[in-house]
Amino acid sequence: MTEANDKPEVTLKSGSALEKTYVSGQFVCTGEVGPPMESSFHHVELFGNAMKGRVDSINLTDNQTAMTRLSSWAAAVKLIQMGLEPNLQMVCRDRNRLAMQSDLLGAYALGVRNVLCLSGDHQSFGNHPGCKGVYDLDSIQLINMVKRLRDDGCFECGAECKNNPKFFIGCAENPFGDPFEFRAVRLEKKIEAGADFVQTQCILDMERFVLFMERVRERGLHKRIYISPGLMPVKSAKMARYMQHGVPGMLVSEDFCQRLEKAENGKIAALDLTVDYIKQCQQIEGVSGVHVMAVAWEEVVPLVVEKAGLLPRPFAPFADNPAPITDEIKAMWAKAKVDGYLARN
Amino acid sequence: MIVAEGKPVEKILEMVAPFKKVLIAGCRGCVTVCLTGGEKEVGILASQIRMARSKDGNPIEILEQTEERQCDAEYNAKFLENVEQVDAIVSLACGIGIQYLGEKYPATPIFPGVNTLMLGANIDVGKWEERCMACGDCVLDKTGGICPITRCSKSLLNGPCGGSQYGKCEVSTPAKEDIPCGWQLIYDRLSALGQLDKMKEIIPSKNWLRAKGPRTYVREDLTLDRS
Ligand code: SF4
Ligand code: SF4
Repeated sequence: MTEANDKPEVTLKSGSALEKTYVSGQFVCTGEVGPPMESSFHHVELFGNAMKGRVDSINLTDNQTAMTRLSSWAAAVKLIQMGLEPNLQMVCRDRNRLAMQSDLLGAYALGVRNVLCLSGDHQSFGNHPGCKGVYDLDSIQLINMVKRLRDDGCFECGAECKNNPKFFIGCAENPFGDPFEFRAVRLEKKIEAGADFVQTQCILDMERFVLFMERVRERGLHKRIYISPGLMPVKSAKMARYMQHGVPGMLVSEDFCQRLEKAENGKIAALDLTVDYIKQCQQIEGVSGVHVMAVAWEEVVPLVVEKAGLLPRPFAPFADNPAPITDEIKAMWAKAKVDGYLARN
Repeated sequence: MIVAEGKPVEKILEMVAPFKKVLIAGCRGCVTVCLTGGEKEVGILASQIRMARSKDGNPIEILEQTEERQCDAEYNAKFLENVEQVDAIVSLACGIGIQYLGEKYPATPIFPGVNTLMLGANIDVGKWEERCMACGDCVLDKTGGICPITRCSKSLLNGPCGGSQYGKCEVSTPAKEDIPCGWQLIYDRLSALGQLDKMKEIIPSKNWLRAKGPRTYVREDLTLDRS
């Protein structure tokens, strides 16, 4: 870790805390908030606050699972107002290149520095299944568009963009999708297109992820992109089983399901599993951090992060002064019977 | 070919409700091949409408005629005699044929008897699958002869997305629709051809203007000099 600090100063592409942490060689830890299906920032504020000083950057999902939600850029700006660092997710499903670039200009002007480029779940999964899916660009073309805006100062059409946005560019990759042999190659395509970091689909099958990382290292990709595996505390054994069979592109190992099934307290076991997976990821060559994506269970991120020994965060806003846990969050912990989690051995 | 499905008779009955004499116009092209709008289907639909209307005590007179192609002015001219006798036309041709026949006889209302579905192939008895969306800039050379625009649910040019698993598209539900992942098909084909390297190339963003109408196509070498 210190070695990286001794390196001559590198020019940062965006200057975000996320980028600084990756570049410094310190282990990155990011969180995620799914904006709500209502016109209110309560949810974003509540969970943003819970993660304040405990993660380097917070992803804001973009109409996650194709459900209409408060816009990711508005939620990102809310986090900036709170002094936090957002990572703006952007999917290709809902907007064409005009709208995406216009949102990128606006988001950057309002202080957003990280963007995560995704294809997006198919619209038929969501609450407007008959809507028109846009897919003007795919995720790889989107990555390249953001890179050209940053590095060439030009729009997708080639025309000059003054005061061009300089984002730290993220992508996703799914080590559990098929064809497996192609997944590392596809990551390489994303690197070629301009991705600086990748947050993977959540790891619920460690063996497969380890295999994926082997492929990544064979191609030397870990030297060209920062890699944060996604880690998801899964609330119940039932949910793990559902994800094992019912969610396309996901693999959940038998071991993962059984550890939840056999546990006396499933919620505690879920947190333990996540912490355990984080520690395993730290041992894998080429992994630069973890992305804690507690989907619909955001309140446990502070517990997981602290238990995994990831505090204090080196460059995160409020790192030396994490926000106190609010009563509302404490009540949520108590309800799920995880309130004593940090005191456990 | 162009694949179409017949509209439910109830819908067609609603369309012709105000009329006493109607022509049902068939086409011997694609809709005959996909068993939706040929001479036989014209006959069946005519009987269904006649029966339903007499049952309601509101009989209707129906003329039947099927020609070679409704996307061709010359053949559409042959409908003249019958069109002159009716209050309305129901066409069982594809969307192109319906409109083109309507253009020929602008004074007579025309109604669709079919839903035009896709440009597809008959992959099994009674089963058709889409193969092309007429995007105007064919990329089959890059994708092993399998169309990503059509066969990938998101028309991705650099797939497969993270939802591809066990050869299926993420929208596939075994109970309802079994949809292969187009990019898995492309991968398998390129792999068999020993051309997997093609999957490494980034296909740049597409000019969708070519794919979006109204499109016209003019071949100077074929146009008649009318000056
Ligand atoms: S690439 Fe375009 S023209 Fe070629 S098969 Fe696909 S949709 Fe048709
Ligand atoms: S699963 Fe395959 S066919 Fe379906 S959207 Fe993804 S890449 Fe396209």
